[in-house]
Amino acid sequence: MKNYFKPAVFLLSLWPLCIITYQLFYNKLGPEPVDRIINHFGEWTLIFILLTLSMTPLRKITKSLEWIKFRRMLGLFAFFYASIHMLSYVGLDYRFDFEPLIDDVFKKKFVFIGFSAWLLLIPLAITSSDKMARHLKQNWKKLHSLIYVISIFGVLHFIWLSKTIFFKPLIFLIILIILLLFRINFSKFSSKI
Amino acid sequence: MRKFKHSEITPEKIYNRRRSFIKSIGYGLGALTLNSVPLINAKASNSNKLNSYEDITTYNNYYEFGTGKGDPHRRAKNFTTRPWSVKIEGEVENSLKLPIEEILSIKSEERILKLRCVEGWSMVIPWLGFSLSELLNKVQIKPTAKFVEFETVYNPEEMVGQRYPVLNWPYIEGLRIDEAMHPLTTVVTGLYGKPLPNQNGAPLRIFIPWKYGFKSAKAIVKIRLTQKMPNTAWKNASPREYGFYSNVNPEVDHPRWSQATERVIGESILAPRIKTLMFNGYGDEVAHLYSGMDLKKNY
Repeated sequence: MKNYFKPAVFLLSLWPLCIITYQLFYNKLGPEPVDRIINHFGEWTLIFILLTLSMTPLRKITKSLEWIKFRRMLGLFAFFYASIHMLSYVGLDYRFDFEPLIDDVFKKKFVFIGFSAWLLLIPLAITSSDKMARHLKQNWKKLHSLIYVISIFGVLHFIWLSKTIFFKPLIFLIILIILLLFRINFSKFSSKI
Repeated sequence: MRKFKHSEITPEKIYNRRRSFIKSIGYGLGALTLNSVPLINAKASNSNKLNSYEDITTYNNYYEFGTGKGDPHRRAKNFTTRPWSVKIEGEVENSLKLPIEEILSIKSEERILKLRCVEGWSMVIPWLGFSLSELLNKVQIKPTAKFVEFETVYNPEEMVGQRYPVLNWPYIEGLRIDEAMHPLTTVVTGLYGKPLPNQNGAPLRIFIPWKYGFKSAKAIVKIRLTQKMPNTAWKNASPREYGFYSNVNPEVDHPRWSQATERVIGESILAPRIKTLMFNGYGDEVAHLYSGMDLKKNY
């Protein structure tokens, strides 16, 4: 039974891609299709980052080791959707016109922080294999704690590009804070032991 | 391969349907619009193509009904717009309370004007309306009046967005008096030849085509003439980002994003952004209002 979990999570994780493909072919992307695509993949990137961050708390709460098996896959999906998100911004919105894009990266803090978050995801994706984890030993954990920085950057990116924090950016912020608080509590708890 | 063919056919069908719809409406209006104010500014809309009724009525920023673009269309369906009256008060000799029927009896004309949202997108909309000056001329304005303030109705029962502190409710907007008296400043009563839909600001809104969309207050219940500059909603929420004037200006960026270009609503996924024009393309008509002013400071 449990052997099916991983492929099931994999297929479910493809859902955001299915929605857009369907809407693209049936002309259902709405009045602002480019914006729709960029926002869609941006939001799903954040959702996958938050899902990745929930695996450890879920393991502790449910006392089941199952969760941690999905962490890498969810993290890689976060990178996958972040890359589509960025590519659609660069390719669809700015049509690979790099002059205004570079201008954006340095002048607009929401672009800067979002782009930084994507850059930081690259080393995590590259070193995600078991082989790399064994190879990097202690450093692997240090490197992969970058996900905390990335998650904060990601949520700030959403807050800064929105006209107001109400309501979606606020919801993401609250969930992120809860997930990060779990870390603080657990580390205190384990250091006492 | 089959899918590919389908995608080619669908947009064309929709395109044709849109064209015939626009045409049928256009002919109907031709007979109604006698006024010949040249409101269709060739420079204003790069493509001059009208947005579809569907786009105009389903893609709205109207935070009283929620912050999502689709929220106003869904949630404004049962919004009460009758009975309705508009008060004109403040620095006037004679305050007035006008029933909506009286205001709607002022002759409306079709005004095809471009809307540029501060978020960086634009639409071309065939509004129905008349110049605000016609309405303001119903009262005797005192010489002490320097500004005009517009107040949107406060009705949290029906406007669910007003139950949350997204902005300071009720929504306040305002203009300098010479801006308010400019013939392009329009009291909107409808669009596409029909009464104004609730999600677009029924029963009465204003529209100022050379300013970012949020300046154009919806569902207005009060027009107040004042000595002091009104404390407008977005300026109040974030003074660094939203100024009182908020003229469309490609050279003055929003602190967090660029205003140099815009995306045209209703265009295909492969359509490029277009360059944003100074005063949204209405510079010939309105630039003189700001001569000698530093528009980088007075954003």
